[in-house]
Amino acid sequence: MIEVVSRSRCVGCDLCIRVCPTDVFERDTDGIPVIARQEDCQTCFSCEIYCPVDALYVAPLTGPAPDGSPHREEEHLAATGALGAYRRTVGWGGGRTPGSRYDRNHLFTAGMTGQPGTRPNPLSGPGLPQAESPGPDLASPH
Amino acid sequence: MSSTAQSGPNTKHATPAPQTAPLSYEPDLTADVLVVGGGPAATWAAVKAAENGASVVLADKGYCGSSGATAAAGTGVWYVPPHPEDRAAAKASREALGGHLANHHWMDRVLDQTWHNVHELAEVSRYPFPVDAEGRQLRRGLQGPEYMRRMRLRVQRAGVRVLDHSPVLELLVDEDGSVAGAAGYRRQEDRPFRVRSGAVVLATGGCAFLSRALGCNVNTGDGYLMAAEAGAAMSGMEFSNAYAIAPKFTSVTKTAYYRYATFYHADGSVLEGAGSAKGRSVIARTLLSEGTVLCRLDQADEAARRAMRLGQANFFLPFDRLGIDPFTQMFPVTLLAEGTVRGTGGIRITGDDCRTEVPGLYAAGDAATRELICGGFTGGGSHNAAWAMSSGTWAGRGASSFARTLGEYTHHRALTPLGRAGLRPSGTTRGQAGDHRLVVEAVQREVLPYDKNYLREGARLTTALESLNDIWRELRHGLAGGGETTVRARQAAAMAATGRWMYTAALARTETRGMHKRADFPALDDPGQRRRLITGGLDELWTVPESAAPVHTTVAEAAAA
Repeated sequence: MIEVVSRSRCVGCDLCIRVCPTDVFERDTDGIPVIARQEDCQTCFSCEIYCPVDALYVAPLTGPAPDGSPHREEEHLAATGALGAYRRTVGWGGGRTPGSRYDRNHLFTAGMTGQPGTRPNPLSGPGLPQAESPGPDLASPH
Repeated sequence: MSSTAQSGPNTKHATPAPQTAPLSYEPDLTADVLVVGGGPAATWAAVKAAENGASVVLADKGYCGSSGATAAAGTGVWYVPPHPEDRAAAKASREALGGHLANHHWMDRVLDQTWHNVHELAEVSRYPFPVDAEGRQLRRGLQGPEYMRRMRLRVQRAGVRVLDHSPVLELLVDEDGSVAGAAGYRRQEDRPFRVRSGAVVLATGGCAFLSRALGCNVNTGDGYLMAAEAGAAMSGMEFSNAYAIAPKFTSVTKTAYYRYATFYHADGSVLEGAGSAKGRSVIARTLLSEGTVLCRLDQADEAARRAMRLGQANFFLPFDRLGIDPFTQMFPVTLLAEGTVRGTGGIRITGDDCRTEVPGLYAAGDAATRELICGGFTGGGSHNAAWAMSSGTWAGRGASSFARTLGEYTHHRALTPLGRAGLRPSGTTRGQAGDHRLVVEAVQREVLPYDKNYLREGARLTTALESLNDIWRELRHGLAGGGETTVRARQAAAMAATGRWMYTAALARTETRGMHKRADFPALDDPGQRRRLITGGLDELWTVPESAAPVHTTVAEAAAA
């Protein structure tokens, strides 16, 4: 569920209010979005990838994170690189390569559809990113 | 129009209504075609209707671009080159799994249409497909956020008016019973809206019963309920018990990746027979009896691990953010209900243009039955993606052609609103049935448990259906809302209706076929039941074998018969 809206990072563009499919956010009196209906959050992470300034964090839990959880600590999430990590992986934002360019999803579903190539052999095809795997960026907040 | 959800006597304990009679709609639009929904099927329908010369409004419950099961995930696409051998193999691969309920005419045209639409994605929307060593695009997978962002742009460039956060609540019909528009609620503006249209495409997705499976909480069966109120029927509702593996306490489903998994008991011993495909029922039974199933993706080698990260990036978000290495550490898993989102049941289609039994009403994507291309086996992933773009295309064109035949008459029809359950209750009793949250919880108690819906058995299905019928009777009498609460009440009513069609069909199919497995009828593929089941009704339910009215029979089938 959405846990953090960084007031220091937020530029008040309201994109998260627009794109949240379950209408979780509302505009506060000072123009910064607030989490108005957390229980409606479906933990789809969409708001994170749309946020242009990496101000949002969705904890990977379908219930609220408890008090004192690192999933609610903005400084900790910023320090560990968790803020904006998913957006980097998807490759949205200036100068980034779309993550879809690296997609190997078809190799995993091929055997289920009767399409050519029934056994996953994911590195048989070139085109994988060489130097910058997105993996290390997705640091755990722990 | 004095009795509506936003006025009248039934709002005593509900949110105060923002409008009083006479109701003013804002906006109050006219269009040739109204598309309800904002996922792949809806966007393709809107684009193709507009290209066919229609004026189009698209109204989505959430945000067109992030809404629905596709936008949040990565998906394969049933994209097969037009070579006879490849196509034949692609069709044959699911024939037995689907219980021989798919139809070759429909499979052929979906494969053709998908081939064409994916080409458009590459050329028109410039979707950034991966490329192989020779620079050829690999077009068999799509990443949801990228795909749907580009579809939204295409919809807007086609001149479609997009209404986000605008759940449609009910259909409107003319004197002849033809669908002539819809009314809904703009949740961020807090006011009702209406669209008068020549035709309506329902692309509202399936129903996952608010299980929190990835991206599925907007899919509450709203389109089914609206279609049924207009007189349309459902098909294949017994194929509605898809459950996806997810790390416990999370939303992220990606069952294809669990083919690399080993499953374990809580004590760390291997859970024999458990697996992502045939062994999922073992996982369900163990979750019921032991409460815990552990998992580790220890069958994935280094190459597979890297490729998995690139296939669906958010698969790893729960692990990375919880500090779990899924390849070396065990983690608890659960099964999340995906209902008809990855089942195959939905609104019955009665023609190649994805029309329904009701004039002016078309259905596409997960809102429609997908039995036509995958029978009773899961349509999840590639088949659903292919179906969404194909059926969306046909429904958009069909609806726009229908609207054109109406001509001047289109916007001069007297409109009657059809919404009943959750919108215009038959009585005034409140209490439990008047609280949408309690209704949702009561429905979930009947449709989510593995021992009721997944591991099916006649007596348990009967008991669950009786409970759902009781829930329906009470909510029909007393559930209503006002403003935003109306949206919630309609969702709750749609979930209850969906559950009832689901179990009515499941009881009628006294055999095991596709994903529908009856413990009391374990024999597979009873020759006498090799036909689709049509289900319908609201207060009184009915179900009949389709063979009684074979409108799916096509020229190709007739020729073969």
